[in-house]
Amino acid sequence: MIDDWVGHLHRRRDSPISRLPAVFKLGVGLVIIVGTVLAPPQAVGWFVSAAAFLLITAVLSRIPPLFLLKRLAWLSPLILGVALVNALQPAANTLPSAARVSWMTVAAKSTICLLTIILVSNTTPFSRILRVLKAARVPGLLITTLALMHRYLFVLLEEAERMRRARASRTFTRQRGARWQTLSTVVSQLFVRASERAERIYDAMCARGWK
Amino acid sequence: MHIPDGFIDGKTAAATALLSVAGAGLALRQARRRLAPRQVPLLGLAAAFLFAAQMVNFPVAGGTSGHLVGGVLVAALLGPSAAIVVLTTVLIVQCFLFADGGVLALGANVFNMAIIGAAGGYAIYRLVCAWLPGTRGQVAAVAFAGWCSTVLASICCVGELAWSGTVAWPAGFTAMASVHMLIGIGEGLISALVFLAIRRMRPELTGEISGPAAPRQWSELVGYGLLAALGIAIFVAPFACPWPDGLESVASRLGFEHKIAHPIVRAPAPGYQMQGMRWAAGATAVAGAAGTLIVFGLALLLARSLVREPQEDNPPTKP
Repeated sequence: MIDDWVGHLHRRRDSPISRLPAVFKLGVGLVIIVGTVLAPPQAVGWFVSAAAFLLITAVLSRIPPLFLLKRLAWLSPLILGVALVNALQPAANTLPSAARVSWMTVAAKSTICLLTIILVSNTTPFSRILRVLKAARVPGLLITTLALMHRYLFVLLEEAERMRRARASRTFTRQRGARWQTLSTVVSQLFVRASERAERIYDAMCARGWK
Repeated sequence: MHIPDGFIDGKTAAATALLSVAGAGLALRQARRRLAPRQVPLLGLAAAFLFAAQMVNFPVAGGTSGHLVGGVLVAALLGPSAAIVVLTTVLIVQCFLFADGGVLALGANVFNMAIIGAAGGYAIYRLVCAWLPGTRGQVAAVAFAGWCSTVLASICCVGELAWSGTVAWPAGFTAMASVHMLIGIGEGLISALVFLAIRRMRPELTGEISGPAAPRQWSELVGYGLLAALGIAIFVAPFACPWPDGLESVASRLGFEHKIAHPIVRAPAPGYQMQGMRWAAGATAVAGAAGTLIVFGLALLLARSLVREPQEDNPPTKP
């Protein structure tokens, strides 16, 4: 379970793309995403050139193509689902044809945006993104919360995995009611441990001169 | 329920971003004013906890599984402002680190899950709490508010998609609302069980960061309530009205509806299809209203079966 998520971040490796400044990467990514979202469905040229640019970036970034494909496949069920609802709905009703969006456009747009975020997040450490946000005058409390969350995210995921394994090795019945009870006990224990950890972190922060 | 990029258009992204920035800004200001320094790390850890808790799947009918969203749970534990900060943080990390939910759609996701889901759910929780005192009332309130927040957030999500022209309102509303009425049962059940378990293990953690039941919490809810009402007025109200929609009424007033209406001979009875979809959406709305009452009753029953003795609120002293 945890591997599903931790595995989604590729091991950092050195490449021409990862050496670029984070502001630049975030800016270019944002331009591509905004342009793609705002582009009219007829602007095939924009979609093709954005896709080509992303493919070149993907090659330069030295992220294994299989990893990228797996990531896209993991995230795309929702896209396919909404595209399906969109494709199946009766064509003649609701909006005039100019305002309606075809499912092809939706699928193309969201795939391009998804690929952009995957590339940016896998070539830029999260702490650099935080530094950009801080420079952009995002409130300090939000930055602190984001930084702490990112720091302890994987710690708590591992803790949850340990608790899950311990529970699986002790629980022998698979009754429905018992299953809900064990689930909720695991989650509540996780919250208690997280809040105890927060207390210790505060003491450690104070000991190091945080105010 | 995370909307990816490309699903909502520019105007929806801008409108939701404005609403969410206002909501998150208000929440940050309130949290900074109320939180003791000791509680600042708790926000980050609660966000990490929520992320880990969202990994835990629970079984839904028919072999599928849902997962906790946790807005109401965090709001009941930490208060509405802290909950908005926590959920916004989770959504930002999910967006930038895991590409789950779009960058331009971040505003929409924050609006649906933090402002409607957490703050809206918290308002429902407090209303039920005010009516039913004690631990039993709190557990019933968490269960009921968890269900309501899931359904409300999904309805807002459809409204945004329909406003962007990505899905048609009747079809999308019927699909999303009916699915989330089922998922919401799981959300409410697990939120209530977790809340009760935390309350039994560490009762001081369930007292909310800013102290229990401060009357000023209501004044802070007014701001979020205004934002939520504004969002619902923009995204949901235009579709949910039983009156003919704007285009139809304008057409009939200007007397050119026959120009639009009658040349469609080859189309397979689009009017009837539309009536059919409208009827399905209306039926879903009625079922939702009935479902709300049923779920409220179920929440009461759940609380009654989980919290047996009323005197559990004040634990007996040792003999």
